[in-house]
Amino acid sequence: MRTDLPTSTLLEMQRRMTRIRRFEERAAKMVKRGLIPGTVHTSIGQEAQVVGSCMALDDDDYMTGNHRSHGHPIGKGSPLGPLMAELVGKATGVCRGKGGSLHLADFSVGSLGESGIVGSSIPIATGSAFASKLLGRPRVSLAFFGDGAANQGVLYEAMNMAGVWKLPAIFLCENNQYALSTPAHTVTSGNIFERAAGFGIPGVRVDDGQDVIAVYDAVKTAADRARAGEGPCLVEVMTYRFNEHSEGLRIDNYRDKEQIDEWLSRDPLDRLAGRLRDRGITDEQLKELDAEVMEEVDRAVEFANESPYPEPSVAFEDLYTDEVTAV
Amino acid sequence: MSIMSYLGAIGAAQREAMEADERVVIVGEDVEANVYGTTGGGKSRSSEGDFLQLFGRNRIRNTPISEEGIVGIAAGAAMTGLRPIVDLSYSSFLYMAMDQFVNQVAKNRYMFGGQASMPVVFRSAMFYGLNTGAHHSDRPYPMFMNVPGLKIIAPASPEDAKGLLRAAIDSDDPVLTFEAVKLWGLKGEVGDDPFRIPLGVARTVREGTDVTLVAISGSVPDACAAADRLAEEGVSVEVIDPRTLVPLDTAAILTSVARTGRLVVVEPAHRTCGAAAEISALVAEEVFDALKAPIVRLTAPDMQIPFSPSLEQQMYPTRDGIVAALRRVTGLAPA
Ligand SMILES: Cc1ncc(C[n+]2csc(CCOP(=O)(O)OP(=O)(O)O)c2C)c(N)n1
Repeated sequence: MRTDLPTSTLLEMQRRMTRIRRFEERAAKMVKRGLIPGTVHTSIGQEAQVVGSCMALDDDDYMTGNHRSHGHPIGKGSPLGPLMAELVGKATGVCRGKGGSLHLADFSVGSLGESGIVGSSIPIATGSAFASKLLGRPRVSLAFFGDGAANQGVLYEAMNMAGVWKLPAIFLCENNQYALSTPAHTVTSGNIFERAAGFGIPGVRVDDGQDVIAVYDAVKTAADRARAGEGPCLVEVMTYRFNEHSEGLRIDNYRDKEQIDEWLSRDPLDRLAGRLRDRGITDEQLKELDAEVMEEVDRAVEFANESPYPEPSVAFEDLYTDEVTAV
Repeated sequence: MSIMSYLGAIGAAQREAMEADERVVIVGEDVEANVYGTTGGGKSRSSEGDFLQLFGRNRIRNTPISEEGIVGIAAGAAMTGLRPIVDLSYSSFLYMAMDQFVNQVAKNRYMFGGQASMPVVFRSAMFYGLNTGAHHSDRPYPMFMNVPGLKIIAPASPEDAKGLLRAAIDSDDPVLTFEAVKLWGLKGEVGDDPFRIPLGVARTVREGTDVTLVAISGSVPDACAAADRLAEEGVSVEVIDPRTLVPLDTAAILTSVARTGRLVVVEPAHRTCGAAAEISALVAEEVFDALKAPIVRLTAPDMQIPFSPSLEQQMYPTRDGIVAALRRVTGLAPA
């Protein structure tokens, strides 16, 4: 069943997907040129899954991400400047330069943080759902994780608790079909979404995860249900990453070219652009949207570059809320 | 003032905190039925003071046996508005949740540049010396002292159990509390009013001038008894219970050793990288010149804990062992 979303919402989806695409393309370039230290994992190709999920949530709903998660705060509405500054390690970064690419968090949009430890943030989102339920807040919490993370035991501990306590939680598996170089079917028994049945909670799979509206529909259904007090859901979205596991990593022996090409032909940005054209949006307008986003990214990079690095003393702040004195 | 057991004092602190603040909830395995004795008046649902009756199932929450999930969920809840007290029962089970403790609870506030605070207390009990075998006899607090971002308390008296737990619940940072089960029945005077003992302040259990004896957790009663024995021989022992291990009251320890010139440290954890090792190193770094004798550490050996009482007894520092160490550093001939 398709939600009949207004054109303005579709345009906002396109804008957010474009933001993720252009932001990450730029980040990948900057990694190559040594302007971003450390490693960066892009979600290029998975924008529909990220934006469809985030836009099905309310602004103050919570979410946690994983190691491939620049897109999630963007999907939730974060401004790009502090995110880019964080990737570069600047004082104005969303985490003051303490987090970096793997650990972005923007509490102002309900992004409770990402996790370089695969699967580890799942109970954090679940705990925020627990808090919402006990405090009587109508908030939903969504935990993003990959098909690789789906084999971590903590997911099942969290789903069980969320199920038995009817928490307003959504477990969202971004099944891009590979964990680094390992094809999901070689390490995963059965279907991930069907594992929900064992916990007595709904499990659904979005087979066309490159269609942002299909993702939106599935997550919206889960969110409405959660908000109505009916408990958690597991949503598995079939998608694909276009780039390597991480920037600079070159292992090209586990995915063949035909497969990549086939997924490239179903680019989520193009797919939604087609729909927008059907609604009378012109190529001109779409180009303009892209140009505006490019400009936003330019400004974010400028902001990041012009920002100072944190003072060395900042390394010793934020561990505790009060000062713990050493001798 | 009332006479209260150590366990009773923990229960009293929990009840006070729950009455004072609706955001305080208790989660853990078997907390509803008061199996471990800190969430109710008795083992009967009709007992006065039963937490489930007082606070309801939302705030006294039985969990599945899912330690990693419990710790993570408590962390997520703490980041978003609750102030959970997590009862993890046996300290050995903390290992199940190592990822959540180290990678989430301890790191999140830091990694996210201070956007989140983590007001959560994790309680666990060290069942050592009770013939519970290797899987239930751990004293793991030194491992957690090695993780920046966690605060660690190890109360050794009923008064401290209550006051430190209240302070821990007030803290906006994650606090792990380690209780020695052999102290659970210990009775002492405890203030009836809500009171707090600040984290990071040691307790000088008895004052002395000849040697500083730092004792941790379940070692404190033995340390005091050993000090009594030495007093009969004219040696004045100062007994210090740090009671919070992170933050550690280094000033109290260093000032005392600077005065006495001698240090014995006693604790029930393993020797390598234990709290005693840390305290010894601190003293050696900071007040080496004051030392009149080598520092002595009394700890458990780097062995797992055997089951048989005849084997287990020898694993922890004993009163006689402490007496012998005190004699050694003060130059007294062995008795
Ligand atoms: C606990 C843990 N084990 C291993 C890794 C190394 N690692 C990082 S990403 C990754 C693959 C994860 O796959 P998946 O969850 O499917 O996410 P994807 O990268 O496909 O988005 C691995 C093995 C890690 N970061 N954490």
